[in-house]
Parts: sequence; structure tokens; C-alpha cells
Amino acid sequence: MAMEPTEITDVQQSYKERWGWHDPERPVHKPRRGLSREVVEEISWLKSEPEWMRRFRLRAYERYEQKPLPTWGADLSTIDFQSIYYFLRATERPERSWEDVPASIKTTFDRLGIPEAERKHLAGVSAQYESEVVYHQMKQELTSRGVLFTDMDSAVRDHAELVQRYFATVIPPGDNKLAALNSAVWSGGSFIYVPPGVKVEIPLQAYFRINAESVGQFERTLIIADEGSFVHYVEGCTAPVYSSDSLHSAVVELIALPHSRIRYTTIQNWSQNVYNLVTKRAVAHEAAVVEWVDGNLGSRTTMKYPAVVLTGRRAHGEVLSLAMAGPGQCQDTGAKMTHVAPETSSLVVSKSISKGGGRTSYRGLVKVLPGATGAKANVRCDALLVDEISRSDTYPTLDIQEQTAAIGHEATVARIGDDQLFYLRSRGIPEAEAAAMIVRGFIEPITKQLPMEYAVELNRLIELQMDGSVG
Amino acid sequence: MENELLRIEDLHASVEGKSILRGLNLSVPRGEVHAIMGPNGSGKSTLANVLMGHPSYEVTRGRILFKGEDVTALPPDERARRGLFLAFQYPVEVPGVSTMSFLRAALGAVRGEDQPVREFRRRLEGELKDLGMELAFARRNLNEGFSGGEKKRCEVLQLRMLRPELAILDETDSGLDIDGIRLVSQAVAATRRPEASFLVITHYLRILTHLVPDRVHVLFAGQVIRSGGAELARELEVSGYEALRSEHRPAATAQAGTP
Ligand SMILES: Nc1ncnc2c1ncn2[C@@H]1O[C@H](COP(=O)(O)OP(=O)(O)O)[C@@H](O)[C@H]1O
Ligand SMILES: [Mg+2]
Repeated sequence: MAMEPTEITDVQQSYKERWGWHDPERPVHKPRRGLSREVVEEISWLKSEPEWMRRFRLRAYERYEQKPLPTWGADLSTIDFQSIYYFLRATERPERSWEDVPASIKTTFDRLGIPEAERKHLAGVSAQYESEVVYHQMKQELTSRGVLFTDMDSAVRDHAELVQRYFATVIPPGDNKLAALNSAVWSGGSFIYVPPGVKVEIPLQAYFRINAESVGQFERTLIIADEGSFVHYVEGCTAPVYSSDSLHSAVVELIALPHSRIRYTTIQNWSQNVYNLVTKRAVAHEAAVVEWVDGNLGSRTTMKYPAVVLTGRRAHGEVLSLAMAGPGQCQDTGAKMTHVAPETSSLVVSKSISKGGGRTSYRGLVKVLPGATGAKANVRCDALLVDEISRSDTYPTLDIQEQTAAIGHEATVARIGDDQLFYLRSRGIPEAEAAAMIVRGFIEPITKQLPMEYAVELNRLIELQMDGSVG
Repeated sequence: MENELLRIEDLHASVEGKSILRGLNLSVPRGEVHAIMGPNGSGKSTLANVLMGHPSYEVTRGRILFKGEDVTALPPDERARRGLFLAFQYPVEVPGVSTMSFLRAALGAVRGEDQPVREFRRRLEGELKDLGMELAFARRNLNEGFSGGEKKRCEVLQLRMLRPELAILDETDSGLDIDGIRLVSQAVAATRRPEASFLVITHYLRILTHLVPDRVHVLFAGQVIRSGGAELARELEVSGYEALRSEHRPAATAQAGTP
């Protein structure tokens, strides 16, 4: 179970060795750093976009200019927005088949395990490389069932009607400064449409990665589950370690039409120089279910609060969130549930681990609007502190405007107990392994919801990070 | 002594600055069952924790020899790997860790090898059956939400799986009904071998009728104030601890542990 513990002397170092590989940059096109109206125009021009999208980007850019950065949450003052490249692409056009993917990129995917994932009967893979989707594949079966799974750039061109109908309807550009920024410069991301009654049994996966210094990643993902359908989307990130800061600011919109169910799973493991500022929001129509499973392990700073707006009667929303903050990291995560319709229900389970001076915060909002009669909301957040220098805070907000609503809120902060450690050690289990076991057990309510290979990966990572962090 | 498994010499230990063990001596030869009795607060659990190496307890004087080697400063996991085991009076809950995976990790750690899953499963099922428990029990999270009796059974299950050379049972019989007590004594009988010994800490004589000890030691205020054969337990039942208390001699002259 232990991974050559004698070789691992420093977590940061071993992280770099184990996960921090990167390939030489080979961009085809590389515009200047920084953002301006011209850069936005250029992005749209390079993508040969329809006029409506060009206008959308420019309007969003204006919003971005006007809006201030959030002053709550994590400290964002150290981001130098003018040192970032807002658009990069590795190859000229999105690729359709594996054979067409350039060899250097294949090497990268090899290390990410994509070919292996293929062998595991994944339905489709959409891989993001240097700001643009270069590889995309969809299984014949999905196509025949009418499921659309493509990169967002292609969707604007090929599924214009659907995109125009739903794009930015859940998260308008004016929502917040970073959503505005994403709307102006977005590139890549996934587009999924599942027709009525179709249940996609195999999770659809996308692999993301930052592979150029100071590259901004601004994916845009839109998932529409039509009536009575089901889809599970999984995204996982492993990023190389770079010296200068990097910004990742995605927008993810989910639309769950009546009686449908969407599950969206993310494991975020950006290198520790990345600012990961993501806006994720879903609309759940009548009797629809939306589940966000969100794991944040890497990055320097994360601000992410997946939201569900429960607009239809008996709609249900869930956020299962996991955050781990090590030295120098700040994970400011949480959830937002807005109950609009009667008999809606929501559940938030948040588990955070802080160690080596890392900082986690749970920031949550449960809002029940007048008329959302019989709404039920439950929030549970547990924080685990591995040592005395780490920190965890909870900022729960309840805004209940409906008397018949039933709200439950529970929060705990605990330290890895001496007695727990002693108990496991008294059975021969060494200290680091015992601590990792306790941490794994603590997050088990989340890991058991993950696809098997992600759960295994996550547990490995925790073992690695716990090594030498106790005692 | 050639055949001596455990030897405690003039052991002084304190917790949170409070001195609890005050010059304790004890010797346990291989293959024997020794009972440790004593009123509440006399230091029985402290002794158990110190033997196992709990970091909150500080040994201020004396030493613990296990198989002739000084283990006083060894970490608990090292002691376990050398063959020590403690069945806890109050086992802790470990949420999210299944009893089965914990047992497998413990077995791997103590044996220093990974047993094939199927072999492990067969072993586990056998031991569970002898304890009258279902496999479903091992699928539950370690001690989480267990009743008092289930926690004790779980300790006994671990004892049976790990087969230590020295098993310390800290009031494993408390909180168990007569069937439970039989289970504990059966577990001792099942794991008993010429080279293995048991230190049975108990309040009650009940268990000692199922499990006849070779020696009985009475602990009082952090010292062994009297040692004797199985008949000492019966004597205690009649006269109680108070009678012994009055004959309690100062630590310096106590020669407890040697017959
Ligand atoms: N972890 C601890 N912290 C503080 N005091 C302790 C601790 N463990 C034991 N003690 C104290 O040591 C004394 C002996 O306790 P213990 O060893 O549990 O006795 P017994 O098991 O014989 O009932 C008691 O006064 C108890 O309060
Ligand atoms: Mg006790």
C-alpha cells in the first residue's frame, strides 16, 4: 500500500516528480499576453465564429471591464491578469480520430492514462490540450441514440440551434467578473445533449490539462439532459508544475429538464501555482435531479461553489464536495441551493482536510424563496485538521423566506485523534499509514460516489500527501 | 528467566503530569494466563496503555522487557509487530474504514506480508463463524455505531486474527453477557499456545471461572500489592480489595510478580 515511502522526502518535491511532467510547448498560434477588445475579436476570428457569438464575447468583455473582483473569499489580488495568454492552440483544428492526434500530444495522454481509459469502454473522450480541444471521439452507439457529445467550439458551429437556445442562460456574463471573463475569452470545454428518455449508462469523460506557462484555461461546458434522460459527466485534471501563476476559470452550465438526472463529477488536481476560479450552476426542472460531486485537491487557490436552482416541483439538488489544502493552499469551496418551487429538496455534504498550514473554507448558501412550500434542505460539513498550524472555517448562510421549509445544518471540525492513531498503530499499522487510513475513512462518503479508478487515484494521492505530515 | 515472555521492572508512569504507576513489577512466563485485578482507578488501563506504548503516557522510571528485549521506548506499531496486542477497554470508532480492510492492513503489517484476498477472506469467515458473527459485521466501519458488546467482540475478532504472543485484555468481559464471556474465554482457549501468554485485566470473577489463571495479581494505587494463584481471586471475592489495602506495603519492599 505504501509507495516507496523512503524515497519521498518532501511532499512538494515528490508531487513534482510524480505528477509534474510536461511536454515541450508546440503552439501553432500564440497571441500576446493580456486582454483587450482586440484579443477578444481575434479569438472569435480565429475560431470563425458566427456573428452572435462574436457579439456575445464583446458584450461580456465590457461586463468584465466594469465588474470588480470579488472581495470576499480567497485573496485574488496577486493574479496579474495582463501577464496571461488568453488564447493558445496546439493544432489548427479539432481532431476526430485517435490516429490524427499528434505524437507529442499522445505521449501526454499516455501519461494521463487515456488509452487505458479507452480500453475501459469509455463512451467518449474529449481531451483539452493548450486551450483547445484537439481530440474528440464519440462512440457509434452514442451517436445512434442521438446523444451529442462534442467540444464546445464545434457545438457552436454544428448544433447552433441548441447552443443558442441554452448558452449562458444559467450563468449570464454579468453574473460575476470571472464568468464575464470566461464569456469573453472561452475556448474548449464540452457540449452534451441527451435526448428524451435516453440513459447514458457509461460516464462521459474529459481530461483537462494545462501545458504552457501562464496559459489561461477558460473552458465552457454546457450539458442539456432532455426529459427523463440521464447522463454522468466526469472531468479529472492532473497538471504539471510551473513557476509562474496560472489561471483556470471555467463556466459550467447544466440544464436538467423535467424528470432527468445529471451527475457531474470533478477531480481537480491542478499544480500549486494555479488559481482555480470556477462558476458551476445547474437548473433543475420538475422532478429532475442534479448532483455535483466535486473534489478539489490541487491549485494554489480554489473558489468554487457549485449551485443548483430548483425551479421545478420536486426537483432535487446535491453537492458532495471534498477539499484538501496543504502548505500554501487555500480551498474556498461550498455550495449554493436555491429552492424556487414547492417540495424541492437539497443535500450538501462537504468534507475538507487541512494540513501543513493549508486553509479550507466552506462557504454555503441555502435560499428558500416564498412559495417553495415544503422545501427540504440539509447541509453537513465536516472539517479535519491534520495538525495545529492548519485552518478551517465555515460560512454557512441560510436565507429562508418560506415558513414550511425544513432546514438542517450540521458542522464539525476535528483533529486526527491521538486515540484513533494509537488504536490503528497498536495493530502494527505505521503512523503515516494509520493517518492516511483515518483521512481516507473521513472522505469515504465522497469517494464511494466516485468512479472506481478515481477513488483509487484519490486514495493514492492522499497517502502520498499524508506521508511525513504527522508526528 | 529463560521462559519469561514479559518482565516489568520498577515501572513508573504518569499521564498529564499525574503519576499513576508507582513502581510496578511483574513477570509473565510463556504459555501462562495471568489475571490483573484491582479497584477502579488503580491503574489497570494505564498499565495496558503503557505496555502498548500510548504516546500520552510517560514512563518516568523502570523498563519493560518483552522476549528479553527492552521495548520501553518503542512505538506502538513496532510493539505490535513484535507480538504485543491490546484488546481495548474502550475501542475507538474509525469512521469510513471498514473492519475488513482494517483487519487486512493489520494482518499485513504484523505479518509483514500481504495475504492473498481469498485466503484472508476464508480465515476471516472462519473466525467470524466461531464468534457467531456474520460477514456483514466485517463490512461495517470499524467500531462505528457498534454496541458495547459488538465493540468487545470486534476486539476478540482482532485477537483471533492476529494471534499475538502476548495479549492484554482490558476488561474485555465487562459489558458482555454470560455468552459473551464464554466467547472471550473460548477465544483465549483457541489462541492459546505454549509460547503465548495472556494478561487478563478484569473486575469480575465470572470470567475467571471459565478461564482459570495461572497467577492473579492485585493492582492497587499503581503497584502490584499481592500475587497468588487462582485461589487469590476467590479470596478477593470473599474479603474484597479493602482487606488487601490494609496490608499494602510500601513500594520499596514490594516483591510482587515473583512467587
Ligand atoms: N489519559 C488520561 N488522562 C488523565 N488521567 C488519566 C488518563 N488515563 C488514566 N488516568 C487516570 O489514571 C488513574 C488510573 O486510571 P486507569 O488506569 O484507567 O484505572 P483502571 O483501569 O484501573 O480503572 C485514574 O485516576 C485516571 O483518572
Ligand atoms: Mg480500566
